[in-house]
Amino acid sequence: MQPTVEVLNERDYILNVGPQHPSTHGVLHLRIKIEGETILDVEPVLGYIHRSIEKMSEALTYRQFIQMTSRMDYLSAHMNNLACALAIENALQVEVPDKVKYIRTILCELTRLASHQLWWAANGLDLGAVTPFFLAFRDREAITDIFEEVCGSRLTMNYIVPGGLMEDVPEGFADKIKTYLDTFERTLSEYDQLLTGNEIFRGRNIGVGVLTKEEALAYGCTGPVARASGLSCDVRKWFPYEMYDKLSFEEIILTEGDSYARYKVRIAEMYQSIKILRQLLDGIPEGDFQAKVKKIIKLPAGEFYQRVETARGEFGVYIVSDGKSSSPYRIKFRSPGLSNLAALPFMTKGAKIGDLIAVMASLDLVIPDIDR
Amino acid sequence: MGYFKDIYVAVSSMLEGMKLTGRNFLHFRKYLTQEYPENRDSLVLSPRFKGELILKHTLENEHRCTGCSACELACPNGTIRIISKREETADGKSKKRLDAFVWQHAMCTFCALCVDACPTDALKMDQAFEFAVTDRAMLMKKLNKEGSNLVEELK
Repeated sequence: MQPTVEVLNERDYILNVGPQHPSTHGVLHLRIKIEGETILDVEPVLGYIHRSIEKMSEALTYRQFIQMTSRMDYLSAHMNNLACALAIENALQVEVPDKVKYIRTILCELTRLASHQLWWAANGLDLGAVTPFFLAFRDREAITDIFEEVCGSRLTMNYIVPGGLMEDVPEGFADKIKTYLDTFERTLSEYDQLLTGNEIFRGRNIGVGVLTKEEALAYGCTGPVARASGLSCDVRKWFPYEMYDKLSFEEIILTEGDSYARYKVRIAEMYQSIKILRQLLDGIPEGDFQAKVKKIIKLPAGEFYQRVETARGEFGVYIVSDGKSSSPYRIKFRSPGLSNLAALPFMTKGAKIGDLIAVMASLDLVIPDIDR
Repeated sequence: MGYFKDIYVAVSSMLEGMKLTGRNFLHFRKYLTQEYPENRDSLVLSPRFKGELILKHTLENEHRCTGCSACELACPNGTIRIISKREETADGKSKKRLDAFVWQHAMCTFCALCVDACPTDALKMDQAFEFAVTDRAMLMKKLNKEGSNLVEELK
């Protein structure tokens, strides 16, 4: 294999971080060219958790391949499933009942909360703070309990299916989330108290890993990473799906572009998610949990693309159908993590090795999403 | 002057975080952790929890599987295999009946598409979740019980 981090002379020092380094959140391998403590270049090496989900999907039917998308970005499983379901529904021109739209949006925002909580936990842990990890997992546990009651799974959901939902939500679904939000709103201020104002945390994040707006745009960064650099890219605002066009919430945009800005965007997004959930929980309409969709789905010939905003950015599903078979001709997933990781060399150029870990923590990488 | 101010800011911000830790230390309300193997008796899982696939049997040892293979077709990984047999009915006709419902536990992704696909509502996801075995072959399971029959209404 031809290495892309070139060894210019024999004094160059190449350091391998990963694939089993604990701070890489999975099997990410980074080749770093260093001069003393200073990073000259970073090259991510991928492929350690490649499962060829795109190719496998071509052999499965439209109902079957969706369960694999929850194994890509496992912290945004509901959003991934939703993207596939929406792409298929748009191709079939099926209108889902209002109740389905409400519940899907509620589940997506809960997933975003759970994902940001886990990111906050891991971010603290990467920088040496262990308490945040337990605090955030305490809060996240309650959300996974709600998921377990609704879908039967805690991580790989497969609850949102083409045409609606797998089964109806259980009784007391809205009340349970309301009680949770009341307690979480209190503990969310503890997050600020514990980490946001901490001088060590601020010192390691402010001004570190700066990504300019132009670089974010050039490398296709999306989600909190791009929004912290001043790029407005929230799919929920630009291309609203489900209930998002009827809700009032803000797109958080900061202009600093450093790790601390990315941190603040995600913390602010948690408040926005709570705001969205509060608007939805009171008005869940009565109705069916599924629209009429045939057991064996066949899409008309053509290309279909659907994007959703996951906790990490824009997730896209591109389906090509030949119009004859009941399985897709080609599937491409656009994962937010891959584009965000591509910008890592630019954020860390000239930084120290310790900063690399801090910057990676602020990127909120999920490696199975990057490698698929 | 800036030097001492920095020290003051650093110490006070850390004390701010320590305040929360101290408060939680002194005011613990309830245990958030569970002692897992000890709490087996009181462990309550949600009714929908997808632990293992079962073929529902009545008290008379009757199941609802007609052997139509809809679950086999719906399964994304080929986890289910339906082996059917021909059986003589009372009026002399030969009918297809379920011989063995084979479920490969190790390959299952617990997506519950088979439960969704079943036209006769024969399958269910059950709550059991402890399946550690010493040999992979032990995860190949026959779901229909010995000597079980199809329920009368589906015959």
